[in-house]
Amino acid sequence: MTHPLPGRGHALHLLTQMLRIRRFEERSAELYSAGKIRGFLHLYIGEEAVATGALRALTDDDALLCTYREHGHALVRGVPMERVMAEMYGKQEGCSKGRGGSMHLFDDEQRLYGGNAIVAGHLPVAVGMGLGDKMMGRNRVTACFFGEGAMAEGEFHEAMNLAALWKLPVLFACENNGYAMGTALDRSESQTSLTVKAASYGMPAVAIDGMDVLAVEAETRRVVDAIRATSTPAFVEFRTYRFRAHSMFDAELYRDKDEVELWKKRDPIPAFLSRMVAARILEDGDFEHVDQKVMHELSEAVAFAEAGTWEPVEDLTKDVYTEVGT
Amino acid sequence: MSEITYREAVGMALREAMTNDERVFLMGEDVGRYGGAYACSMGLLEEFGEDRIRDTPLSESGFTGAGIGAALVGMRPIVEIMTVNFSLLALDQIINNAATLRHMSGGQVSVPIVIRMSTGAGKQLAAQHSHSWEGFYAHIPGLKVLSPATVVDARGMLLAALDDPDPTVIFEHAGLYNSKGEMPDPAPSVDISTARIAREGTDVTLITHGGCLQRTMDAAEKLAAKGVSAEVLDLRVLRPLDWSTVFASIERTHRAVIVDEGWKSWGFSAEVSARIAEDAFWMLDAPVRRVAGVEVPIPYPQHLEQASIPKTPQIVAAALQVVGRG
Repeated sequence: MTHPLPGRGHALHLLTQMLRIRRFEERSAELYSAGKIRGFLHLYIGEEAVATGALRALTDDDALLCTYREHGHALVRGVPMERVMAEMYGKQEGCSKGRGGSMHLFDDEQRLYGGNAIVAGHLPVAVGMGLGDKMMGRNRVTACFFGEGAMAEGEFHEAMNLAALWKLPVLFACENNGYAMGTALDRSESQTSLTVKAASYGMPAVAIDGMDVLAVEAETRRVVDAIRATSTPAFVEFRTYRFRAHSMFDAELYRDKDEVELWKKRDPIPAFLSRMVAARILEDGDFEHVDQKVMHELSEAVAFAEAGTWEPVEDLTKDVYTEVGT
Repeated sequence: MSEITYREAVGMALREAMTNDERVFLMGEDVGRYGGAYACSMGLLEEFGEDRIRDTPLSESGFTGAGIGAALVGMRPIVEIMTVNFSLLALDQIINNAATLRHMSGGQVSVPIVIRMSTGAGKQLAAQHSHSWEGFYAHIPGLKVLSPATVVDARGMLLAALDDPDPTVIFEHAGLYNSKGEMPDPAPSVDISTARIAREGTDVTLITHGGCLQRTMDAAEKLAAKGVSAEVLDLRVLRPLDWSTVFASIERTHRAVIVDEGWKSWGFSAEVSARIAEDAFWMLDAPVRRVAGVEVPIPYPQHLEQASIPKTPQIVAAALQVVGRG
């Protein structure tokens, strides 16, 4: 499917967002090695076109729920990079006050509800947000991102069934990067066509090339517009690939280097850039200029995180329950 | 003042809450057309419609998660889980999401959900419908755990739970639904923070809650006939537990017996006993005794089922033992 070419401003925006994610993730890996970021760290490198394109289909009022590989979604959604980085550090200036870390980015103002690290555990929650919105007559969409690994979980089935049965405005957005941690799709699913599986719930299901940011944006927009117009759910599969290991502890014994190299040839950033340059929408020097700005934002974000402060231990048990009077 | 059943008291609270607050809705398996497995919501579907008295598919995790999501966007869902053992299918949602989201997000979100479930043995429903998981849920920071034993509490605690900004789990003992009690007119508000002295006494404190209250009151009556003055504490709220009322009573009686239908090892009675040992040891004139569930999956035949749970004669025997007459 061909998609209309973007204007220059639009193209610069897409390039900027994808580069923000790429550079943020590269720096995070370094900071992890340097011991600044701890715990689990799941990088989105290779998958940038998905969050960048798909989130453009949402309005500020729509809700967004993601997995533990969600730095990119948070950045694109509008959570300031410095607050995301401070969260990676565990500093109280972080977007979840440092409590959640890399896997649990929250920002109520941007309507970002995690950063959820129980695979498929956030799908029923997304259904409920759609239900609440519908019952209150609000015309909002809840977008729920998950990996293809989630589709083997019972909660996936329960959530899809409820959303379709109750006709709820929920986007089920599957980021199929081929591996549930180290288990390939055909080793975990009896039905490897994810759209066939999803369509069995009686909702529209489409597969989208997740390496093509323009395809992601245009096709997601079509799906989200339909959800909004009809107040019924839909499923999209973004076919993508992570170039890096699952987490920083992963020796990558389960996939061939050749396969990784093959996908890297489809790297969404150079692919988009060369296409835009060929179409004379972007020009030589744009990349360097954008990259410079991104690197500046990133170094400010790291400086912010470095200068951040630790939540006092006296506050450890704060917000287990709502404080009286708040 | 009128005499009503516990079931009617729950139904009364549901009707009042639905009438007074349009954000409130009830969902669960067979709560609508069937009228509720224990008939608590009989007639409500006709009154409030299918949207607000919402029958769900058999998907405990799915609809409990949906309740959490609806709470996140401003609704006040009441989720009914048919029976306590089925709630294990929703544990991921209750623990990983409802109890966790506030703290993990740095206090950005609250989950004002109320989860009701029937609990306990005595109906010959065998090992997958008869257990007591109160202690298990009371273990979880972030949850409030209520165990109403009277008609006044069955109504009042449900309404108080709906006013609470945090996730609340209400245990309704299956053996209580047909029990009758006096409901004052107008029906009183109750708190969900304090324990109640159900019977005053001076020689021994019998600490219990929920389905064991009546058996414990019967035991106190029998003890009185033997010249032993037993104080009975109805804990009402299991988390956060009102320790000051417990300790104040032990300070008067210097002796304590804990009565709980859950299994003894690692359970609710173990925690109460441990706290008394830690914080009220010097008030005691005798070791604490526990009358708890026998450690078996609850069996079907009546004689074995009854032998599995605390009964009045055992409570009397334990009390006589701690007052030195056993």
